[in-house]
Amino acid sequence: MSFFDRLFGRKSSADSAKERLQLVLIHDRTDLTPAELDSLKDDLIAAISRHVEIDTQSMQIGVEHDGRSQRLVADIPIKSAQRRRARKTK
Amino acid sequence: MPAQVITVTSGKGGVGKTTAVANLAVALASNGSKVVCIDGDIGLRNLDVILGLENRIVYDIVDVIEGRCRLKQAMIRDKKLPELYLIPAAQTRDKNSVSPSDMNRLVKDLRNDYDFVLIDSPAGIERGFRNAIAAADRVLVITNPEVSAVRDADRVIGILEAEDKGPAALIINRLNPALVKKSDMLSADDVLDLLAVELIGIVPEDENVIISSNRGAPVAHDPKSKAGQAFRNIARRLKGEKVPFLDLDSSGSLWERLQRLAGRK
Ligand SMILES: Nc1ncnc2c1ncn2[C@@H]1O[C@H](COP(=O)(O)OP(=O)(O)OP(=O)(O)O)[C@@H](O)[C@H]1O
Ligand SMILES: [Mg+2]
Repeated sequence: MSFFDRLFGRKSSADSAKERLQLVLIHDRTDLTPAELDSLKDDLIAAISRHVEIDTQSMQIGVEHDGRSQRLVADIPIKSAQRRRARKTK
Repeated sequence: MPAQVITVTSGKGGVGKTTAVANLAVALASNGSKVVCIDGDIGLRNLDVILGLENRIVYDIVDVIEGRCRLKQAMIRDKKLPELYLIPAAQTRDKNSVSPSDMNRLVKDLRNDYDFVLIDSPAGIERGFRNAIAAADRVLVITNPEVSAVRDADRVIGILEAEDKGPAALIINRLNPALVKKSDMLSADDVLDLLAVELIGIVPEDENVIISSNRGAPVAHDPKSKAGQAFRNIARRLKGEKVPFLDLDSSGSLWERLQRLAGRK
């Protein structure tokens, strides 16, 4: 990595290699393409929304790895029932 | 004690499988173990030239399997190390002339008379790879600190797990400490983070590997070579010794090294 790369805050080639590999390995290990992961997310949102109202803006769904195993991690905030009721009566 | 049967494989070609098998064999045999190495790369025989034994070949592994000779007749004794033998690959046949059960049978006959059987696998994940891992008690996956090699290593490690041949142990070969320092090469820690397997050795990029392969005398014979030292350390780890990993970061000026010694860097 050259002096100028560092000066302009460019990522080192080793860092790009690592980040790219992280993504590739998740897809290789799970057989999930980024497009498939997106459609999985949409299905999840649809299924959960039938039961509770969720905050789709701040939710996070992604694949994380824990050693050699992958897990689907979802953090989905549920909108509070009180606020929902308050809004309806307004 | 029956032999430990160890296969070296990689997924990607050209990352150093044959070099590793030759050097581990030399290092183990120099240390008093009885070693047989088997060239599992049928059709692309190489271990013989790396060990400098190409002129002594009469029979090969397919001759043994097809009953044209006895096992002992195909075993070539090393020039320098009397307890090191090579069973060469067939050069004019293809990998389908051997099956996993052939390999199991052949290795079974060696188990009681030797301490280590080392098997050199071809690249890829097809028949030749399946043959090479069939009889293994332990599989060493070798990779280079590069994106394609690491990706292929991950695939192989996954297959080994699925086939109950895991957990694999990892050799990182051709690490260039100067490039790592400039953040232009994945470090050993990066590779371990990505692959999440046990590390058994880090071998630096070393021109002595090429020089010694020209001569047909693996670099593990050379007491001064860093790669040779790294392979000797892996051999000791295979015997169950705890050996610290080499400090490869001897790059930089004397001043930098002194500062590091003084704990200032
Ligand atoms: N640590 C090293 N330093 C420098 N050169 C190396 C090192 N390790 C291997 N090489 C070189 O890399 C090349 C490939 O090595 P080798 O033949 O052992 O790989 P391989 O994995 O067996 O290849 P194949 O998949 O074709 O069987 C050789 O020219 C070898 O000399
Ligand atoms: Mg080879």
